[in-house]
Amino acid sequence: MIRFLIERLFQAAVVLIVVALLAFVMFRFAGDPVAQMVSLDTTAEDRAALREAMGLNNSLPVQFGQFVLRAVQGDFGLSYQMGQPVATLLAERLPASIELSLVAFGIALIVGIPMGVYSGLYPESWLSRAFLILSLAGISLPTFFIGIMLILIFGVELNLFPTFGRGETVDLGWWTTGLLTGSGWHSIILPACTLGLFQMTFIMRLVRAEILDVMRTDYIKFARARGIAKGRINYGHALKNTLVPVLTIAGLQLGSIIAFGIVTESVFQWPGIGLLFIQAISTVDIPVMSTYLLLVALIFVSINLIVDLLYLLVDPRLRVRSR
Amino acid sequence: MNPERSPNLIMRLLDSDAGYKFRSSPVTVVAGLVFVLMIGAALLAPVIAPFDPFDKGSIDLMNSLLPPAWNSGGDPAFLLGTDNQGRDLFSTILYGTRTSVFVGAVSVSLAVVAGLFLGLLAGYFGGLVDAIIMRIVDIQMTFPAIMVALLIDGVTRSFLSRDQHDELAVFVIILAMALSIWPQVARTVRASAMVEKSREYVMAAQVIGRGPWLIMARHILPNVMGPVLVIATINLGVAILGEATLSFLGLGIPAGEPSLGTLIRIGNDFIFSGERWMLIYPGLTLALLVLSVNLLGDWLRDVLDPKSR
Amino acid sequence: MPNIRLSSVFLASALALSPAASGAETLRFASQGDIGSMDPYVVEEVFTSGFLGNIYEGLVRRAPDLSIQPALAESWELLSPTHWRFHLRKDVTFHDGTPFNADDVIYSADRVRAGASDFKNRLPSDAKVVAVDDYTVDFITTEPNPILHYTWANWYIMNRDWAEANGVGDADKAASEESYATLHENGTGPFQLVSRAPGVKTTLSRYDGWWGEGSVPTNVTEVEYTPVPNAATRVAALLSGQLDVVFPVPVQDIARVEAAPSGKIEAGPEVRTMYLTMNQWRDTLPGSGLEGKNPLKDRRVREAMYRAIDLETIHARILRGRATPAALMVAPGVNGYSDSFKRYEYDPDRSKELLAEAGYPDGFTFTFQCSNNMYVNDEAICLAVSNMLAKVGIDAKANVQAKAQYLEAILSPNMDFGLAMLGTTPASLDSHIALYSLHMCPRADENSAVWAPDDLAKIVAGKSNFAGYCNPEIDRLANEILIETDEDKRNALINEAWTITTDDVAYIPLHQSWGAWGVREGVGVEVRADNIFDWRYVTVAE
Repeated sequence: MIRFLIERLFQAAVVLIVVALLAFVMFRFAGDPVAQMVSLDTTAEDRAALREAMGLNNSLPVQFGQFVLRAVQGDFGLSYQMGQPVATLLAERLPASIELSLVAFGIALIVGIPMGVYSGLYPESWLSRAFLILSLAGISLPTFFIGIMLILIFGVELNLFPTFGRGETVDLGWWTTGLLTGSGWHSIILPACTLGLFQMTFIMRLVRAEILDVMRTDYIKFARARGIAKGRINYGHALKNTLVPVLTIAGLQLGSIIAFGIVTESVFQWPGIGLLFIQAISTVDIPVMSTYLLLVALIFVSINLIVDLLYLLVDPRLRVRSR
Repeated sequence: MNPERSPNLIMRLLDSDAGYKFRSSPVTVVAGLVFVLMIGAALLAPVIAPFDPFDKGSIDLMNSLLPPAWNSGGDPAFLLGTDNQGRDLFSTILYGTRTSVFVGAVSVSLAVVAGLFLGLLAGYFGGLVDAIIMRIVDIQMTFPAIMVALLIDGVTRSFLSRDQHDELAVFVIILAMALSIWPQVARTVRASAMVEKSREYVMAAQVIGRGPWLIMARHILPNVMGPVLVIATINLGVAILGEATLSFLGLGIPAGEPSLGTLIRIGNDFIFSGERWMLIYPGLTLALLVLSVNLLGDWLRDVLDPKSR
Repeated sequence: MPNIRLSSVFLASALALSPAASGAETLRFASQGDIGSMDPYVVEEVFTSGFLGNIYEGLVRRAPDLSIQPALAESWELLSPTHWRFHLRKDVTFHDGTPFNADDVIYSADRVRAGASDFKNRLPSDAKVVAVDDYTVDFITTEPNPILHYTWANWYIMNRDWAEANGVGDADKAASEESYATLHENGTGPFQLVSRAPGVKTTLSRYDGWWGEGSVPTNVTEVEYTPVPNAATRVAALLSGQLDVVFPVPVQDIARVEAAPSGKIEAGPEVRTMYLTMNQWRDTLPGSGLEGKNPLKDRRVREAMYRAIDLETIHARILRGRATPAALMVAPGVNGYSDSFKRYEYDPDRSKELLAEAGYPDGFTFTFQCSNNMYVNDEAICLAVSNMLAKVGIDAKANVQAKAQYLEAILSPNMDFGLAMLGTTPASLDSHIALYSLHMCPRADENSAVWAPDDLAKIVAGKSNFAGYCNPEIDRLANEILIETDEDKRNALINEAWTITTDDVAYIPLHQSWGAWGVREGVGVEVRADNIFDWRYVTVAE
């Protein structure tokens, strides 16, 4: 157990270093940060001086060494564009992304699980079929398209919801939250639905498949044979057995919601880390881009680690089935 | 489903059960029909399309922003209207579908080949090989497709001239999508390979001295093909959407060459101005294409039902 | 218990909201990007320096019609062609209450020329700045410059005491520590910073001690700025009433905003001229495959390209009439502009003849670098130009990229383009700067080659002339214009220079777009041709 833990921690560290290296290398080619930082009229001399001062003329290994050395100390440098420490920028934006992800995830669970349970228990009913096709249509439309359509219909035509931003936020000192104000909740609905739609579909299908699976198992058949009431079988046995794997796999998805909220955040101008990242790409703000990537890598590696450990604790056999 | 049935995939596909499930589901039949029609139209785009969107000299700005032919102000020459450059929307959608299907099919094929190979290696040999490959999978899963695309884009940019780079934009996306899909294939294959590895028949093959490659090819591969086919189909949709998203974010196919994503990105600029056909038709085409792929994927899953094995 | 705490937070936020809702007039506006820094010397970019112009002030400022007005200087006089005297306003205080005086001007003159300041060219490096008394400052230059103060409207005066007390050093873009001035300000302007979350939201409030109170129409007391890069989202937010002012509104959405009961459009021609730049100095035209040949060095080929572009149709279809076709590299309103210059007529047949004369009857191929997020409908214009050139046989392969990649391709040292589309705004609103940076030979001295790789650091004149256009006659005229103090003579020289560059087809000027501001009904704004949003002229109805 300890050996396994150490092994995984070591592997996680390797993963992070490789991600750092890749992030670093790829951003070398993403465009010229200097061109973004000066006006069109700046002379070639001033540009060259800036490039030199920023250390862009050092050899790649030297630059990478400096980057890692500082990163380990928690210093990710200053944003080229905003002149602020990158760590501060990310920390300021993270609450917005986490809140959006959690609400999206919540919506996905609240809507997805009942739909999945129903269509798993009554696979032949027309409503189940409708759910299935509807959910497919949901994942067949690109996220950005759904977002734009929601803005167009509910934001502009019907004027029911705000079309961008977080609304009023409350600063709790270490966390800014939009979930304590009416306008915050009002603003989060459309982006959360957009972001949650794919997860909802995913969860619904997962629950459905698990229920279908469980309903075929011997002990449910046995329970049926014993004449236990249908409701108790369905909700007492089938659902209970379904939820553990569903929540685990869905939990894995939480990381990807945070990481892949980029598109939703950019359509709704949601001030989270995804939007920060997209803006950083367009301005070649290398420190922001690499730190974001490291953060996402860290989130993923941690989630994977936790899930692996949980599998090990709960049921060693599950490790094989993990997807 | 009966686990004793022949593991051969083709046999299973031809199985009357599959045929029955296909015929008995009108939705699947329609999806299959739509899929075949769209693929056909995409492949035959140079023949069907009334205009060639790559022939810059034939594009006339005077024809720009015409509504679909049945609307007032529409021109019968341009069935679905024209875009802001004066390109025939119907033709560009045909060519765009072609690009999207091409990107999807090639990237999924690449991902499947890579995922099968690495997944089998990891699952069969385990140990260090497994650890290394699965850590690569972890790294890969960390990178959103957008990041992968940026990486590939950046690296290719560093050793290709600008013109070459532009011409290779499609392949850059293909590579990016393939890289973001293969880990899923590899994970699934690895899991199945680990299960199969401990089955008696594989052990028996090992006992009689068959080499690991032969065992993998003969015994394990056919058994993992079912789930892989399902993953491949679902990811065909994902890859097509991925191309669209990348192009929408401006990291994809150059604007001069139509792809559904680029068309939607351009159309999106016109949603308030009333020229919504530029958004709606490419969007509908994309949705129909991916929907039909996903419906077929669903049907495949039902038929192959990897969960019950 | 948790419930009570929760509701008290609700209450607190409701209370915080209420004054904004009743007494104060709030201006909520959005544009595509955020300001780079609160430090006014770090980024020279129209939006950032325009934004900061509401917080900081210069010695002079520009009125809505772009005429020069006194600001922190009440008046000025020219004691000799190289000796300027500025009389400062006496009743001015910075936002922290410190009175403003000559020492702040001297501090700002030093700082604006130091470190990585983006505004170094506001004042020659050898110019002397002397405080005659607390409210009189002299500027002594080595060369006469009759328009010295024309670019000073966005050279903002900073407070020495504040800067020194907070350890604000020279502008430094490669710094490893955050500068205090990045997130804080101490200006003299009508608005002061309340809070700022970069890239998310910046809020400002009215500075009660502003010297100019009552001299401008604004009744705005609070300002909320949100960067909204996505144009569709921006327009949607205006139409749904979440914002009061958005800029820019894409041309195709103008009609929609105008039709909405809650919105209107304020538009006017911009002072920025869009143009195509043709690579005339590379021996091999990039992307052409013509080893050792560059057709664009031939004036006839350049005219053929000019005549192949149907600007009227671009104007009507892509810009929907909201642009002014340009025959010159400067816009109406810039000193030295004259409407006596006419565009070469659109004439594809003549274009083909010229190509044949020049020895390219079947045309040729090259790389056409374009941006897709810098200018009004830049991508669509580029593709249209590319299609039009194809009709005379020229294959301009459009490479449309985002700003970062685009600039990397076309700026020094790469300059990897056959054709590229750019926009230019002369900061001084005078023709000289356009001649100086875009038309003078980009070379170290008369005997060196244009854009010689070893001389890149020495090239100052012609520094934005990436096309490598070089005509010694223009160099001579530009140098004369710089020091000529007689206005009539000076304008005659400018006219002569524009005649030569037009005959040479140095560039292909396209148009000035119209900046379109989406404004909520009940809000009044003054649209300026340089796209600067001056809140001093914003009114919000109750």
